[in-house]
Amino acid sequence: MAAVCKHELRMVFHSLTAYVFGAFLLVVMGIGAMLYNLQASVSNFEYVLAFASPVFAAIVPLLTMRVLAEERRQKTDQLLYSLPLSTVEVIAGKYLALLAVFAVPLCVIAVYPVIFARFGDVYLPASYGSLFAFFLMGAALIAVGVFLSSLTENQGFAAGLCVAVILFNYFSVTLSEYVTATAFGSALALFVLAAGLGLLVKVLTRSENLAVAVGLPLMAVVVFAFYVDSSLFEGLLPKVMSALSLFERLNVFVNGVFDLTAVVYYLSVAAFFLFLSVQSLEKRRYN
Amino acid sequence: MIEVEHLTKYYGGFLAVDDISFTIEDGHVYGFLGPNGAGKSTTMNIITGCLSATAGRVRIDGHDIYEEPNQAKRCLGYLPEHPPLYLNESPREYLRFVGQAKGLRGAELAAQIDAVVEKTGIAAVQNKRIAALSKGYRQRVGIAQALLGSPRVIILDEPTVGLDPLQIIEIRELIKELGRTHTVIFSSHILSEVQTICDQILMIAKGRLVAFDTPQNLEQKLLAQNELRLTTDAAPEELCRLLAGVPAVTQLNITQQDAPYTTAQITTDRKDIYELSRAVYRAFAAGDKAILEMALKKGSLEDVFIELTEEQGRAAAQPETEKGA
Repeated sequence: MAAVCKHELRMVFHSLTAYVFGAFLLVVMGIGAMLYNLQASVSNFEYVLAFASPVFAAIVPLLTMRVLAEERRQKTDQLLYSLPLSTVEVIAGKYLALLAVFAVPLCVIAVYPVIFARFGDVYLPASYGSLFAFFLMGAALIAVGVFLSSLTENQGFAAGLCVAVILFNYFSVTLSEYVTATAFGSALALFVLAAGLGLLVKVLTRSENLAVAVGLPLMAVVVFAFYVDSSLFEGLLPKVMSALSLFERLNVFVNGVFDLTAVVYYLSVAAFFLFLSVQSLEKRRYN
Repeated sequence: MIEVEHLTKYYGGFLAVDDISFTIEDGHVYGFLGPNGAGKSTTMNIITGCLSATAGRVRIDGHDIYEEPNQAKRCLGYLPEHPPLYLNESPREYLRFVGQAKGLRGAELAAQIDAVVEKTGIAAVQNKRIAALSKGYRQRVGIAQALLGSPRVIILDEPTVGLDPLQIIEIRELIKELGRTHTVIFSSHILSEVQTICDQILMIAKGRLVAFDTPQNLEQKLLAQNELRLTTDAAPEELCRLLAGVPAVTQLNITQQDAPYTTAQITTDRKDIYELSRAVYRAFAAGDKAILEMALKKGSLEDVFIELTEEQGRAAAQPETEKGA
């Protein structure tokens, strides 16, 4: 694992990726700090983090698009398979390297609140709590990016997909206000979602039986639950959409609450997508 | 030692490897021979753990490649068909990564890298970017990678494809040299290559193992008979009479007769084809007839290869037509 991690770090720092990533993050943070803390003289650094969070839609794909797609294109994935390394070690090594790249600009940013504290009354626990949440959210999004990169050998496609997914997640709370809140509408959406999940399983595993085994029971459960008690579905769709939002949970920290459920949520999302990445890599041995 | 038992691989509905079993002993050069698409790469990918098998098992020094992948892979060095190189790195950086992944550290790592760099002759380019190297050097870097960690078995998938003649000779020399210290398995669709380098040949066609023997034995055992063609001014009946008393003649075919010349094809089951030509010559001398032209055609591995692979092709095609009917 250490070998993969070191190698990945060397590759990222050899190319421009790490520098562009860091520079972009620092520029946006700098603009935010200037607007809020310097010009508007607000003493809450956490607002800057909330302001800068959409930048993930640009920098996470930049960082993760290459990570597995390029291995596949250059056929170096065969080397990884033939080396005495497990797939878990490969994914973990690469992920840790990406986290390290993400952590470097954050270390610079971590100095800002201390500087501001010399000139005003900064509530540091809220600042650093939010920064911690910011890091966790980035970690979760990077895991999503790693997974999307494992699906294709085309970096551009991986990046595009990643931008779309992050933007959708960013706007999901706003969108949830516009989607239907009726019981039938929610049930229908869940039904379609279950069918879509079955389709995704089919695309990933190329096994129709497994896809049917996953999709059909879920669809049946939705239909059954709807007939038993349709009030369960009242307003469910908007609720699910806003609950899935990673960005919404950052706002809780920004408002000064250290939310442990959000921490668990971020960690679960990261673990889930890393697990999927391992499966995606593992699966390529079986086609 | 590599034990392969009843290995089978389906790609969807396509049968790529069909129930292959063999055992590879330590310390020889093994050639994996077969036409394109015969299943060579698939078999090698399965042996090295890059691909899963549909059925069957592979054990390397007693370690199952699926159950104990790490122990099994430590015994192997593998160069896939496309050398898996990171083009933005220098060979030395690349080798450092592979060495670390194979569990080498510190002074031992450096020593091993120096050793394989020297062995594969890439010392002059070890600090250039791999992207700037020629195909021959890239292949060498790929081989160097396989050698790290001193694995007992080196597996090379078509290592000479796409190289110029000089590079091919160099790589062949390298393989021969490696054969002295390692067990080497390499695949090729070029027969002469396998014939000159290997101690043992595994012939594979349409996913099946059709032969596994030394080149000499293969030639002798399975060989098309030795053949001699001659043109004479004797009439066909006379020719038959002259050769009737020659025991070495197994079969005599008159292939062409435009008087006054007769062309005949004579086959023998004797291993020494000169025995036949000597006897034919003496028979003609005794009968006072002239041999105008005589050509010997020695059975070669090429014939065996074509014969075996075509046989396999026919055998594979037959059940399908039966099914269709």
